[in-house]
Amino acid sequence: MEKPKLATTSLAGCFGCHMSFLDIDERILKLVELVQFDKSPIDDIKEFTGQCLVGLVEGGCANEENVHVLQKFRKNCDILISVGDCAINGGIPAMRNDLSIKECFEEAYLNGPSVYNPSGVLPDDKELPLLLDKVYPCHEVVKIDYHLPGCPPSADTLWEALVALLTNKPLELPYELIKYD
Amino acid sequence: MNETLQATVKKICEENGNDRTKMINIVKSVQKKIGCVNNESIDSIAKQVNAPRVDVEGVVSFYAFLSKESKGKIVIRLCNDVVDKIKGVDKVAEAFCDELGIKMGDTTSDDTFTLEYTPCIGMCDQAPAALINDTVVTDLSPDKIKKLISDLKEQNDPSKISFPKGDGNNAHELVNSMVNNNILKKGEVIFSDFESGASLKKALSMKPEEVIGVIKTSSLRGRGGAGFPTGLKWEFTRAAKGDRKIVMCNADEGEPGTFKDRVILTERYDLLFEGMAIAGYAIGSDAGIIYLRGEYLYLKNFLESMIGKAKENGFLGKKILGLEGFDFDIRIQMGAGAYICGEESALISSCEGLRGDPKTRPPFPAQKGYKNCPTTVNNVETFCCVSKILDIGAEKFVQIGTKGSTGTKVLSISGDCKKPGIYEFPFGVTLEELLGDAGAEDVQAVLVGGPSGQFIASDGFKRKICFTDLATGGSIVIFNKQRNMLEIADEYMAFFEEESCGYCTPCRVGNVLLKKCLERIIDGKGEPKDLDYLNELGESIKLTSRCGLGQTSPNPVLTTIKNFRSQYESIIKEKKDGMQPGFDIKKAINEAENLTGRKSVIF
Repeated sequence: MEKPKLATTSLAGCFGCHMSFLDIDERILKLVELVQFDKSPIDDIKEFTGQCLVGLVEGGCANEENVHVLQKFRKNCDILISVGDCAINGGIPAMRNDLSIKECFEEAYLNGPSVYNPSGVLPDDKELPLLLDKVYPCHEVVKIDYHLPGCPPSADTLWEALVALLTNKPLELPYELIKYD
Repeated sequence: MNETLQATVKKICEENGNDRTKMINIVKSVQKKIGCVNNESIDSIAKQVNAPRVDVEGVVSFYAFLSKESKGKIVIRLCNDVVDKIKGVDKVAEAFCDELGIKMGDTTSDDTFTLEYTPCIGMCDQAPAALINDTVVTDLSPDKIKKLISDLKEQNDPSKISFPKGDGNNAHELVNSMVNNNILKKGEVIFSDFESGASLKKALSMKPEEVIGVIKTSSLRGRGGAGFPTGLKWEFTRAAKGDRKIVMCNADEGEPGTFKDRVILTERYDLLFEGMAIAGYAIGSDAGIIYLRGEYLYLKNFLESMIGKAKENGFLGKKILGLEGFDFDIRIQMGAGAYICGEESALISSCEGLRGDPKTRPPFPAQKGYKNCPTTVNNVETFCCVSKILDIGAEKFVQIGTKGSTGTKVLSISGDCKKPGIYEFPFGVTLEELLGDAGAEDVQAVLVGGPSGQFIASDGFKRKICFTDLATGGSIVIFNKQRNMLEIADEYMAFFEEESCGYCTPCRVGNVLLKKCLERIIDGKGEPKDLDYLNELGESIKLTSRCGLGQTSPNPVLTTIKNFRSQYESIIKEKKDGMQPGFDIKKAINEAENLTGRKSVIF
């Protein structure tokens, strides 16, 4: 039987969740016995090669490209998991949610204390995706099947969750893995 | 700093003994004198009463009737409760706006009029209604607005306009109001014949413990909604350690759709005063406070004069009925427009001159209440029941009503019915019976206990008003089949969102989330999972909130989902593609498109 496929992506996140994922260390060898990596920064496959069983999403949606990628993930993954606080709550990027985009631009490119921008030009290349009015958690954009909280969720949490899902066993996370203080 | 202002503030503070626990009175007087409580007056008050500035500002920002900004000389507060909306307040608002040339929330350029909305002012049986400064105007309709405004312009003072007088004591010179009592059914307890002084005399012939015993035998439970056994509360307060004990009357009925205390205060104040004095005797207190909601200011002078009369008759004051050593006096503390102050610990905070924040319990008020004194807080109607129990005896009282719910309940009935008003029924009355009496036809839903209670559908009309089935503080609102239950639930959620004191997160944030999801569903963007989400979130809010507000505020949503689920399901569509119907990408990128002047190449 063909191995199920796993896809991962980082939207408006810091790649910290992916780093944490890599912290499963040698267990990654066991993981590739269970799954085949599809679209993911880990193997640098850019587009989906087919329907995946599981999609891991790091980060929330801050721009139109994030939404586009997330929607693609929803279409191409049977089970979609929000990984980490940015995907679940918007996280640090969502701190801009009380401000307008204009105010954010002015602070970042014109008025911030460390900004040097004598020409006063704001970045506006047509290659740059348009920002959303605010940062959305993933489940407000598409349906999300599971949430794995943490900033980042520890390697053990990710490992236990994935193995339980792939081997069809109930997930038992010890208290230490879901305690955050 | 402006010296006249400073002198004015100083004088007001001195009149209140520079006592920071009288903060509500101080800021209200300042506002009355100079039109607002601006930063300068906050500074002077803080200095004068030796309080941190933030305490003063906290109070001013907390209460709806206090303001840092100057408003017009005449403030028109139009009640936008759900019942008023049913009775056409939107059209009335439009007429006001047209006539004054301003929008809701604005002040005319000559600073004469301010027009704003206010939640339920306790006039649902004569809605739409408004508070114009301290004057209540009822039964408004768009065609009356032109004349009303021209009268106001002419008189410059709403209290000088001659309105038709209301029934009963509303026509008393000290009330002088167009409000009507609309007592449509008199029961055996509150609105039956009563001889002033009789029950107080009986009480004073017993030992205080015996009085508590009588109340316990009567199985009297609190009439404000929570239904705590009154005798037990008194026993705790009597037993609590403290040099001074306080009797407090909760006359802050703010639950939308409740107006029975207003009528009891107008007509049966004698029962109330006597009940409070009996409570004072029973728990060993010499001080009673009536916390009167700001909306009922028009009753204050009348009630104070009646307190004076009771003193003349020896029912209040020193050596009551000649009994050496039993003194009991009542004062009135005005509220300033905050629903949460109906919660007993918030009410105590407010009496202490603080923001109306609920207190952490324990200690309960019976142990440490007003200024740390053991305090019993009872509803207006509860005290009246006490008088009647002493009068007719506990044995006779328990025969009225049902076994677990003795006596009668005064109900305020309003909404879609022919005869809105006050009805006193024995406990155990079915919804069907009271709907019949109120002339309600084509009924879809009955809201029992106000928005913090529950919406009952027709399959529950045989249910009974009593503590073991449908408990209520007195609010009954009827909705006919033309009403959209989701929109009504949404209106009530807006009320709770506004009235949450903001202290605890479940209530402050949770109610907003509930409302957002509900709005999404009403907008046609709901999905089946939203109902589970609403239920789960609602239960969490109820479980984790700090006081009664958050513990009941999800009820409009939860009980409409429970009893009117088909209305939700009919507008919820299952989307198969996994996309969230509530997310609108066009709207989300609109701002960036306008800012950059380019269109999205993806969407």
